[in-house]
Order: sequence, then structure tokens, then C-alpha cells
Amino acid sequence: MSKDSAIVAHTISVLVANEPGILARVVGLFSGRGYNIESLTVAETNAKESQSRITIVTKGTPMIIEQIKAQLDRLVPVYRVRDLTVEGPHIERELALVKVKGVGEKRVEALRLADVFRAKVIDAKSDSFVFEVTGNTDKVQTFIGLMESLGLVDVVRTGIVAMSRGGEAL
Amino acid sequence: MFRRAAKPPFCGTFVMKEIAVLKPEESATTGADLLVKALIDEEVEVVFGYPGGAVLPIYDSLFKQNRLRHILVRHEQAAVHAAEGYARSTGKVGVVLVTSGPGATNAVTGLTDALMDSIPIVCLTGQVPTHLIGNDAFQEADTTGITRPCTKHNYLVKSVSDLARSVHEAFYVARSGRPGPVVIDLPKDVLMNKHEYVAPPKVAVTHKSYRPQTQPDPRKIEQAIEMIANAKRPVFYAGGGIINSGPKASKLLTQLVHLTGYPVTNTLMGLGAFPASDRQFLGMLGMHGTYEANLAMHGCDVMINIGARFDDRITGNLTKFSPGSKKIHVDIDPSSINKNVHVDLAIVGDAGIVLEELLKAWKAKQPKVDQKALKAWWAEIDGWRGRNCLAYKPSKQVIKPQYALERLYHHIKDKDHYITTEVGQHQMWAAQFLKFEQPNRWMTSGGLGTMGYGFPAALGVQIAHPEALVIDVAGEASILMNIQELSTAAQYRLPVKIFVLNNHYMGMVRQWQELLHGGRYSESYSESLPDFVKVADAFGARGLRCDDPAKLDDTIKEMIELKHPVIVDVIVDEKENCFPMIPSGAAHNEMLLGPDDKQSAKVSEEGMVLV
Repeated sequence: MSKDSAIVAHTISVLVANEPGILARVVGLFSGRGYNIESLTVAETNAKESQSRITIVTKGTPMIIEQIKAQLDRLVPVYRVRDLTVEGPHIERELALVKVKGVGEKRVEALRLADVFRAKVIDAKSDSFVFEVTGNTDKVQTFIGLMESLGLVDVVRTGIVAMSRGGEAL
Repeated sequence: MFRRAAKPPFCGTFVMKEIAVLKPEESATTGADLLVKALIDEEVEVVFGYPGGAVLPIYDSLFKQNRLRHILVRHEQAAVHAAEGYARSTGKVGVVLVTSGPGATNAVTGLTDALMDSIPIVCLTGQVPTHLIGNDAFQEADTTGITRPCTKHNYLVKSVSDLARSVHEAFYVARSGRPGPVVIDLPKDVLMNKHEYVAPPKVAVTHKSYRPQTQPDPRKIEQAIEMIANAKRPVFYAGGGIINSGPKASKLLTQLVHLTGYPVTNTLMGLGAFPASDRQFLGMLGMHGTYEANLAMHGCDVMINIGARFDDRITGNLTKFSPGSKKIHVDIDPSSINKNVHVDLAIVGDAGIVLEELLKAWKAKQPKVDQKALKAWWAEIDGWRGRNCLAYKPSKQVIKPQYALERLYHHIKDKDHYITTEVGQHQMWAAQFLKFEQPNRWMTSGGLGTMGYGFPAALGVQIAHPEALVIDVAGEASILMNIQELSTAAQYRLPVKIFVLNNHYMGMVRQWQELLHGGRYSESYSESLPDFVKVADAFGARGLRCDDPAKLDDTIKEMIELKHPVIVDVIVDEKENCFPMIPSGAAHNEMLLGPDDKQSAKVSEEGMVLV
């Protein structure tokens, strides 16, 4: 019973026709049926076929996750729905821009930590940096956490993109 | 008074440019003409609609031809319900044509109704010209935005070159897979621009992304046969999916049920999928279903659900739903499977095709059914049947609604008849007391529960079956929701019969207030009712009234004989409640059989929040 009611996060890849309103259809489905969206990214991935790929991280019981996938698959402009979490190993990445303001020791420490996290400096002023950090959610989260005491002023994140490991396409 | 006032024809620079680019050849035609051509190619015969500024080009094209018949309704909601009645009684796609803005928003209830009950509809909506979209123009509404959650799919056609393709695709989407409503939003400039016509593809189209699965997995058919054959206490539970699959599916279901000797129950949407007079039929199941159907569902060991969706009206309390059974679920829509109830074997496919495969496999395998166990199961079911759950206290003073329907059925059963209903007590009594021997004869708003559905739906049915006897079983509150359609009935001489069970209450609301809210009848009394006989008269229909059980037969006979639209105002017992009933939050085996059963009617707090 507890296994059936446990809430788990799933990363779902959805291949869709890139047509007007498609994002509204997907988002409307989630809000209309009361599902959660933890993260959502979307962009055209195949211009020739006019296809976009949406990566959604959502949470729910196994029954709800199955429902979400079935409901997504039912939308007319949806080609394919894949649950990366259950269909073998996959990679997840997200990118964040992290703005830190400060001088002196804090500024040096921020730069040192950025180096540890392989974050790039993409903007620098005498009293601020903008770092670009990529990685899985944990890494990005940790980096942002560390910057908090070093003068964090602004964060923007892309949300998760994900792909299965190995040679298979979606 | 300015609503739907004609707007001056659009002649902006955008249109001029488009025409110049296209260099129209001789075969090129306006978007509106092209649309009409596409509808004719899709074998559309009737369009239910209401004109307005944005769709004037389409109405002009309709004027210039005589292949398509346009039925002018009096409200856009009624256009959709009429198209639903037409679609459900014929198996064809129902077509609706409304204008932009209020025309489209008025259609929303009908579209939602069609979505919930899986009725194939193509709804053409007018839209302001493309260059005005987003400008809050007169009679502009974000129609694709508003209808996105209440349609199977929708299109905004931004160029006349996409128009014919979109129409053909819309018909394909509406009728294939799990049927549903599709909206095509048509900006006025698109309707006036010129382009060549693109005929529908001759061979079956494969849509680039939409591919419903109709053929079942053969391994699952094997497994299903195994489970069905080994059942000791089986029950078939068949729904609207059988009706949507076509009349052949009903025949196949009947064959399979006869071959196995198992009992069968139908959902509200599935009535007529199996002949009601057959001994193996247990009646409808669910909240107001029969005692025997619900207890068979509760006590079965194998449940075979074909084309039904474990709706909450069926299951009652989910945690107590048929606790000891293995469940097989056949559905064309994968999202219906494991949505409410976890099943043991899911078969995705068209109900008719799955039934055909099941029959083939059953005949090939000739499995031995445990006849001893089946006999014991039938004996148990016959015991439940013996409770005679639809019994009511007859009266010589006042017409009991159940009696009215029994008499109605007596007089129509040998005639070619179709029944529609509104929503409420009368709907449930109609489902209980009228017997459906064939599919496509019963039109009711099951999923959405739309009061005002039945009368316009009856008009759509009558258009499709001009010689048949079409009856809308109504309540006095529901009928007022689309009463204006009497004008449509009069205009097209549609002899639809409205059989009003008038109990002076929104009966189902009153019943719930009695059972759940201490008899505080808040706003459920039908105050200031019109004189329905005079209403009928004013619209050029005929009105009859009956309040005496002894005169009811004569009234019904007179209604049937009249060649006009008729309202029959049957004054019935105000206090009658619809039984049996599964109270909200209760299980199938906790049914209330009648008014004397009230002591167990204590509804849990959880049940109170349910509808």
C-alpha cells in the first residue's frame, strides 16, 4: 500500500509538433487535472520536422504518473512520451546564472568556489560576478546555497533537460 | 441589440496582399466556398448553427448551394446538443456552425458535454480577421484558448491554404479513436481569401502524431479468455464504448454474453448495447442502478469491463468497489485505464474489434465454463432480482413518475422510437423504466449532466430520423433551460414529444436536500412555472396536461398521434424519490432500496463532500 501511495519525482520527455498552443495544451493539462510541475523546459529540436521536445519533472504516486503519461500521449500533437526515470539510466542537466555581489575576502571565496564547481564567470564588475553553472539539480542547488553567504543577489535557472544514456533516440 | 450585428466586409491590405501572392487560378475559390465543399466531401448532410458577423461568408456560401441543410437553432448551446443527438443516433459526425465571441462561448457547454460523453462533433466557429486577433475586437473571444480543455482538439486556421486540410483532419480526429468534439476557428479574412480546394485523402490517413490504437494485443486476448473462462462469479460491465464502436459491437457483445451464459450490466451511456429484455441483462448499474447489477458487481470474481470508464457514478466508494474481483478493462483510450480503479488486465483497442477477437478466441478454444458455479451465481443473482428493487407504491390519486414512464413505454415499445432526456430524477427513472433493445436509441447527458440537453438533442435525432417517434423525457426545471428551441421545432415541423414529469421541484436536488441536508429545500422549488400548455401554444406546438392516473393512457396516446411538436405536462407526485440509490461515499452493497431504508442513509462526512 505504502509503495502505491509513495510520491516520487519522474522526468518525462515529450516529443511534440511545434505548433501554436502546444505548450498551453501541455500546461493546461497539468493545471486542469491537478498535477504538479516541478520543472519544465521546451525548445524546438528538429526544425525540419517542426518538432519540439518538452522535458517535464513531475511528482506523484505511481498511478498518477501513469495517468500523466497517458493523458500527455492522448494529446493530438504529441508524438511520443517517455518516462526517463523508469526507462533505464539517463542524464539530467540544468544551467543556472548566479549573480553575486561583494568585495574583499567574500569575492575571492566566491571565485574559488566557482572554480571548484567548474562554474564560468560570464560577467564581472569590480564588485560583482555572474557565474554560469551547469550540472544536475543537486550540484546547481549546492552551488547556489554556498553563494548565499557570499552575496547572492539573483538567480535564474533553465530547468532540467534530460536524455537517456546509450545510443537510442527518444 | 448590437449582438451579432453584421460587420462591414473586411478589406484590409493584408487580404489584398494574400490574393496577389496566390495568383488564383480558375479553380480557386473563397475560403467559405472551400469550407462548404470540404463539408460535402466529408459526407455532411446537416449543419446546426446560428449566423453572425464573422461567419457571414459561410452563410453566403450555404445560401448558394443545396447539398448541405442548415438547421437554424435559437441558441448555440442547442446547436451542439442537436448535433450530439444527430451524431449519437446515427453514428455520424455532428456538425455545428456558430459565430465568433458569444457564438463560440455559448457552444462551450455543448462541447464539454460531447467531450465527457465521447460524441464526435466538428464545431466551426467564426473569428475576427487575423489582423485583429488579440485586439479585443468586437465579438472577439480567444476561442481556441477557451475550448482547449473542452475539446479533443482544436484548430485556428490562419491561412486559407490550411483550411481544407484542417477540416479533413478535424473530421478524422473527431470520429477516430475515442470520439470527441473538435473546434475549427475560422477568421473572417481566411473565409474570404481565395485558394484551390484540397480534397480529402482517398486512403486512410496516418496522422503525423495522432494514432489511436484500435487493434488489441493478441496475447492479452488469450489472457482475457483464460480469465473469463475460469470465472466462477463473472459479470460483463459494458458502456458507451460499445455504442461508439457501432451497432456491430452490440451484436458481438450479445453473442459473447450468450455464448458464455454470464450476466451483463450496462452503464447509463451503454443502455441499448445489450437488449434489455434479455434474461441475462441485470439492468443499469451505478448510483441509481438495480440492486442485482450492483451486487453482482460487488460480489463478482471476474469483472469484464468493455468500453466503460469506472466513473464515480458507477463505482461509489472506490476503496470498497468490487473488492474480491479480478478486473479486465477494454478501452480505446489508454488514459481511462487505471485512472480510478486498478485493473488486472488492460486491453487497449476498439470495443468492437476486441469483442470480435474475444469471440474468435472463445470459439476456437471452446473453454469449459464451471457450470455448477455459474448456476449458483445465477441463483444468487436471482435472489437479488427477487427483491424487485424498482418497485414503488402505486397510487390512484396522483401520478407516480415511475408509472408515467411504464405507461409511456407500453405505448411506444412497438413503435420505431428514440429517447432523449434532460438531467435529474426523470433521467434516472427513464434509464430504469424504459427498456432499450438496440444501440443508438438512447441519448442522455451522462458525464457532464447538462440540464437542457434533451430537447435540442431530440431535435437532432428527429432531423436524422424524420419518420421515427422521438421523445424527450424531461423535468419541468430542465426543459426551461432550452425551451426556446420550440421555435426551431416549429420552423422545421419536427414532431418531437416533450414528456415533462412535472413535480414542481428540481427533483434530484430536492432528493439530496431531503437525504443529506435535513429537508431544507433551499431554492429547489420550481416557483413561477409557466403554463406549459400555453407555452406550447405560443410556439405553434401542441400542449397537453394530465394529473389523473386514470387519464394518463389517453394523454400518451393523444401525444403519439399528434403530428406536431408536443409538450405533455404530466403532473406527478412531488415527494417521490429515485430509488434504489447508493448514497455518496457508500459501497455497492450499501444501497438504499426505498424510502423505508432511510435509517441506513446516514452519510459519512467524506460522502457529504461528494456530488
